[in-house]
Amino acid sequence: MKWIKSTSAAVLTLMAGSIFASANAEEVNIYSYRQSFLIEPILSKFTEQTGIKTNVVFAKKGLVEKLKKEGQYSPADVLLSSDFSRLMEMTSAGLSQPVNSDVLNKNIPSQFRDVDQHWYALTKRVRNVYASKERMGELTGISYEALAAPEYKGKICMRSSKHPYNIALIASMIAHHGEAQTKTWLEGLKANLARKPQGNDRAQVRAVKEGECDLALGNSYYFGVMQSIPEQKVWADAVNILFPNQDDRGAHVNVSGIAMTKYAPNKDAAVKLMEFLSSEVAQQSYASVNMEYPVNPQVKPSEIVASWGEFKEDTIALSEISKHRKTAIKLLDQLKFDL
Amino acid sequence: MASYTTAAILVLPLLALIAQSLLPDTEVFSHLFDTVLLDYVINTVSLILLVIVFCLLIGVPLAFLLANYSFTGSQFFNWGLLLPLAMPSYVMAYIYTDWLEYAGPVQRFLRDVFAWQTKQDYWFFEIRSLFGAAVVLSFVLFPYVYLIVKTAFKEQSQSLTQAATMLGKSPITVFWQVSLPLARPAIAIAASLVAMETLADFAAVSYFAVNTLTTAVYDTWLSYGSLTAASKISVLMLLMVFLFISLERFSRNKQRSYQTSKQAQNKRLTGYRNWLAFSVCMLVLVLAFLLPVIYLAKMAFTYKEQALNSDFFQFGFNSLSLSLIVAFICVVLALVVVIGKRFNQRLAGVMPMRFASSGYAMPGTVLAIAVLIPLTLMDHSLNDYLVSLGQKPIGLIFTGTIFAIIFAYVIRFIAVAIGSVESSYERMPPSLDQASFTLGRNRYITMVKVHFPLLKRGAFTAALLVFIESMKELPAALLLRPFNYDTLATYVFQYVSDEQLELASMAAISIVIAGLLPIILLNRSMERYQH
Repeated sequence: MKWIKSTSAAVLTLMAGSIFASANAEEVNIYSYRQSFLIEPILSKFTEQTGIKTNVVFAKKGLVEKLKKEGQYSPADVLLSSDFSRLMEMTSAGLSQPVNSDVLNKNIPSQFRDVDQHWYALTKRVRNVYASKERMGELTGISYEALAAPEYKGKICMRSSKHPYNIALIASMIAHHGEAQTKTWLEGLKANLARKPQGNDRAQVRAVKEGECDLALGNSYYFGVMQSIPEQKVWADAVNILFPNQDDRGAHVNVSGIAMTKYAPNKDAAVKLMEFLSSEVAQQSYASVNMEYPVNPQVKPSEIVASWGEFKEDTIALSEISKHRKTAIKLLDQLKFDL
Repeated sequence: MASYTTAAILVLPLLALIAQSLLPDTEVFSHLFDTVLLDYVINTVSLILLVIVFCLLIGVPLAFLLANYSFTGSQFFNWGLLLPLAMPSYVMAYIYTDWLEYAGPVQRFLRDVFAWQTKQDYWFFEIRSLFGAAVVLSFVLFPYVYLIVKTAFKEQSQSLTQAATMLGKSPITVFWQVSLPLARPAIAIAASLVAMETLADFAAVSYFAVNTLTTAVYDTWLSYGSLTAASKISVLMLLMVFLFISLERFSRNKQRSYQTSKQAQNKRLTGYRNWLAFSVCMLVLVLAFLLPVIYLAKMAFTYKEQALNSDFFQFGFNSLSLSLIVAFICVVLALVVVIGKRFNQRLAGVMPMRFASSGYAMPGTVLAIAVLIPLTLMDHSLNDYLVSLGQKPIGLIFTGTIFAIIFAYVIRFIAVAIGSVESSYERMPPSLDQASFTLGRNRYITMVKVHFPLLKRGAFTAALLVFIESMKELPAALLLRPFNYDTLATYVFQYVSDEQLELASMAAISIVIAGLLPIILLNRSMERYQH
């Protein structure tokens, strides 16, 4: 009997702790697709500066679905995403609300925010091609289209095609070239793979270093991260980072971003957080800690990132790319790309 | 009545899921059906079969060896071979792919030694494949087979094997012709457990780049945004689970041998046989446990500064308290449904138990969503009611607190508890109950005075198994945990998914260590069982 008493007491204390935490001082509740260890340093700066506490739930999957289920009683104020498609998903499900803020409008250029002010991008993430220094030399003028060329047969590595970063890239190909042409391109790309899609972006660079493949797709910031870890620096040193399609439309850019939930209980604090994340302090942090490209034009990329050189970005609207996501996934299924 | 209520509560999420799957969404589902679904089904079935075969190949001979013989180190191996149970499968997946892929240390070493230049110069098996996934999953799952089958071997009447030996049969022939056929029901039970674990695995399989039905569920749900199509696939998987559960029950029904004979002393092996037995056990232990643990320990030591912070202790406390609570609730509820069945052997009595067990193979994220459906409904009704009374809404007290995780874990692991409690129940001959009834005692007194003392050990085993599983459980926790609440597993997974296990190696090794004590206790309780 004692057992039951003490167990139920423990449960109640734990539960009460997590409910009534939200009854205290000013705070903001975050659902985050971005890994907590990446954003924590930035959030603690925010708390330091404003005194507003931040509470985070991190998950790689299902947060929008959770918001949907929670409805009007959801405790979440904002959703942080590492990819724009989740923001669009949230907006189109009617789970977000517009935020009108002069600070956000000033800090974030118009192509990086929603026309209806439902979401704001915070960082840019370029889909690069990594090329083996040893076997590809000073390769220039590469394009995504060229990855399907017969000369690269058996030479390309990439992570699962179903990863949001790849889906977005493929959706952008559909936006530019249409479905039929993209399908042909994907067939060519699949034929050129050195191995079944696997691992993460960094694992691709490692594979290039070891000679399993000569070219790989990967996001830019990983290149910076790898250079800061001694063990991984040798991988990064074995490749050149290339910005595709510089002779035509520019490299494909995805964004990480933020949106306010429709029923945000701590609206004021949430706006403060959004503004803070677009501010120079936070953007500097994104740039130096995560090696991402800041969206705030006042903030320069970190030194390492800047050393990769200037590049031209594809300026197609993210909402346009987003329209083709499902078609992209269907094509991947049809071609059994990962199988 | 109690068993029906329990089953009804536990089955709510499942019903919600089935209801969802009945909604029309032919477009996405038929697209999948036309393209990849068949491949996913084939992959899933092959993976399950391969894992079962490997687990039996490892687990059954080891069980036979340790049930019948003693040799150098056999006392240690007796429980040592259970250690891999404490290893989360996604950590094993990480470590083995890291070692054995083309860019990993093993192949790099081979290339250096033999001066091979490219992939074309030599053959090496692909670790990120169905085969690789099956081997590594078997390392983590074979202890189930070993544990259950060893008990069966020990319980086999010694007179049978002695008779066979006296008739001049070699130990190998005795194994094939006497022991193995007698252990068949136990083997089937173990195999069905292994099958369900494999079916529910997501993190490890996706690490091996193997697409299964679980992957398909996530794809359809998150990429196509169709919860309905995802539920349809989940229901398909649940049908497979019911198949496994029925198979298990079927084998159990055939296993009507109640504890009969005394255990004889194990035969001592000598000479090369002794060392052969030792080497086989050692090899399995090294591959399935020691190497990965040493590797983790090395990482944890190198990165101890990053790893040892106050968060780490908080997460450790969260994991421990959560696992203890879940283990306790599971055992209590398992007793409720199993006792319900004891007094009502007909289908109506058995049904609650089967339904209650159905959560075992639901992929974690699907289970999480299934749990969210009824719980948010409860949350909303409660808040709406308060608002209608002119009160302030109290917030999400079910989905916004650890209640949701506990609920999900209980649904997921109650099958393990039921299995364990039930098997100890089945060792009690029905004549015990009849004796008690004849003496004029009613059901409740029989339950308390006769059953409970005999069930203690089974309940204890159940609690330990659930505890170990809860320490490792991941996907449901990711989605259901409240703000600022992490477990060791979710913490480890964050880094594993970013391929930076080194930064969470301390937490990973803590999961393993937390599993050690229960495993030692588990073995003790199994051992005492037999004497």
